[in-house]
Amino acid sequence: MPEQDPKVRRRNFQEVPLGYDEETARREASRCLQCKKPTCIAGCPVEVNIPKFIRQIVEGDFLGAAATIKETNSLPAVCGRVCPQEDQCEKNCVLGKKGEPVAIGRLERFAADYERASGAMKIPVILPSKGKRVAIIGSGPSGLTIAGDLVKLGYEVTIFEALHKPGGVLIYGIPEFRLPKAIVEAEVEYLKKMGVKIVLNAVIGRWKTIDELLQDGYSAVYIAVGAGAPVFMNIPGENLLGIYSANEYLTRSNLMKAYLFPDFDTPIVTGKRVAVIGGGNVAMDAVRTALRLGAEHAYIIYRRGREEMPARKEEIHHAEEEGVEFFLLTNPLSYEGDENGWVKEMKCIRMVLGEPDASGRRSPIPIPGSEFTLPVDTVVVAIGTQANPVVPSTTPGLETNRWGYIVTKGESGETSRPGIYAGGDIVTGSATVILAMGAGKKAARAIHEFLSR
Amino acid sequence: MAKILKKDVLSENIVRMDIEAPEIARKRKAGQFVILRIHEKGERIPLTIVDSNPERGVVTIIFQVVGHTTALLSTLSKGDEILDFQGPLGNPTEVEMFGHVVCIGGGVGVGVIYPITKALKERGNRVTSIIGARTKGLLILEQEIAGVSDHLIVMTDDGSYGTPGFVSHALKNLIEGGEKIDRVFAIGPVPMMKAISECTRPYGIKTIVSLNAIMVDGTGMCGACRVSVGGETRFTCVDGPEFDGHEVDFDLLMKRLRMYCREERISYERDQCRCGHGGK
Repeated sequence: MPEQDPKVRRRNFQEVPLGYDEETARREASRCLQCKKPTCIAGCPVEVNIPKFIRQIVEGDFLGAAATIKETNSLPAVCGRVCPQEDQCEKNCVLGKKGEPVAIGRLERFAADYERASGAMKIPVILPSKGKRVAIIGSGPSGLTIAGDLVKLGYEVTIFEALHKPGGVLIYGIPEFRLPKAIVEAEVEYLKKMGVKIVLNAVIGRWKTIDELLQDGYSAVYIAVGAGAPVFMNIPGENLLGIYSANEYLTRSNLMKAYLFPDFDTPIVTGKRVAVIGGGNVAMDAVRTALRLGAEHAYIIYRRGREEMPARKEEIHHAEEEGVEFFLLTNPLSYEGDENGWVKEMKCIRMVLGEPDASGRRSPIPIPGSEFTLPVDTVVVAIGTQANPVVPSTTPGLETNRWGYIVTKGESGETSRPGIYAGGDIVTGSATVILAMGAGKKAARAIHEFLSR
Repeated sequence: MAKILKKDVLSENIVRMDIEAPEIARKRKAGQFVILRIHEKGERIPLTIVDSNPERGVVTIIFQVVGHTTALLSTLSKGDEILDFQGPLGNPTEVEMFGHVVCIGGGVGVGVIYPITKALKERGNRVTSIIGARTKGLLILEQEIAGVSDHLIVMTDDGSYGTPGFVSHALKNLIEGGEKIDRVFAIGPVPMMKAISECTRPYGIKTIVSLNAIMVDGTGMCGACRVSVGGETRFTCVDGPEFDGHEVDFDLLMKRLRMYCREERISYERDQCRCGHGGK
């Protein structure tokens, strides 16, 4: 797929991959073998009928292809961009055994973009109202998915979002250059047209509790608040000025549009030497944001090796192309500040991989005497997130595990409280957009069953 | 959207507004705050809820014009709407029957201490209030505080009203005069809260301060508001905003509050250009 030149794009916030044109899409689609027993579908958490939509693209029925995807995936333009297809559908593609698998993700994106650009986003059939209300807490991928599924079945769906803009991680977390916000806005508008109501600035647990929602007449509640609380390393100097959590750095840039300061009011520190701690997709998003904000040096500091990085290969590759410098097998020990409290350097240590631990991953071990100092003026800590306790702590009887994640029964999303369901990162811990969507789909079925009893 | 129902200018740069926010008015407790955003390109700023009327669905905020957003907010009038108004956030003040409490407010902090003073008084405590400002014209809510206190001491730095000196001097006099004090609540500029905490430390009087850290989401998501309390990192928005003043690292808080000084200046200069008449 054509992409913006790395030298140019490292300084702008426009989308990196430019997308297929019709001809390229049809050519790519025609590579699909249309297997009798398609293995790709099994790799898709929301079971998109992949061979069917690809065939429709070959036939030039692009709107039909989009409709096929939307039968099971309410956010195809999003998934076509941020799904780790290489670990899902494309991993299972028969063609991948000897060569390149069919670019299923790119074709999905093409079909969704075609439909959106055509202005032909059709409102699907909505079943007659069942006169029952369902409350969804959080408007991220899981909440948007279940809202779409339940509204189609005839439920009155209201999403409660804590922030001032719907979309959750799609809005505050994933940068514009990877997922243009106009796409998320279009998906939200589509849900609204289907009848989904969205209440903004509604911090459930503070503004209203889940029990109050049930008293207000909601028959079921789905909790999809994500794993929104940042994790710090608790090493000396971590509260110095210029040190951010990835959540804050990305929220300032994406949700608050700090990269457009001073036209937008929210500021962000635009350092010259920016170190991002971590090796996941969020770390890649942060380090590439740093470049676009004007960093002269943008570093990834990661305690394991390249193979162990949890980020998508494509994102690591993009970061590398754009000039990100990687300090692998390296861990920060402490930060030093100047007289005004600004971070000026970080002390790091080299690591070596030891024996695999209980999880099967080789744990990094510090190499004594390998400490070194790296001058930095901005640091972004992107080592993961944890459960935000606001909802669980204000919902009596809602069972959580020792990390604060909500305990559910099997895949239905049922919690310890009847009528209350949960899914996405608040159940699984930090995972992917598509898994959160899959949880929303399954919970939609379970809630439908519960309310049909 | 939240409508402004009433606006009063309390002093040269301190404004009080009544805002229509029925759910927040019903839920909020003393010590909690809101985060608001005025326009599509606006930033999110936290402001303490000063009072509420659950029947009328109204909450009251008081703010001082200190930067771009508060300046813009002060230009809004009765009938205008605030785009985003989110809350109530933060933990409520621990309101118990302590005995004799001293509530101290400095500058715009008098607005923040008022709901706490009121709640403590309603709970049955004997309340001594100390309020102060740089000069007479900047002193706010004297009548309101007097109405919820058993005893009120007013201080001005320049001596233009009340007793000359800082609020910490008044507290010191009380303590040295042999007053038995069970708990102190102090809200105001960081140096003031630090001075009050240092004043009570030798006497072991528990002192609660409310911190005004920089915030973005206000729900525990970003960590912008992190402070060091008893050597541990805490988030002001969800773990606070009130902490034990003897445990707070005020010097770190002061530094962190200056993180965007440069950007604030840029915004301020832009505001002046836009107005064309040297500020507002």
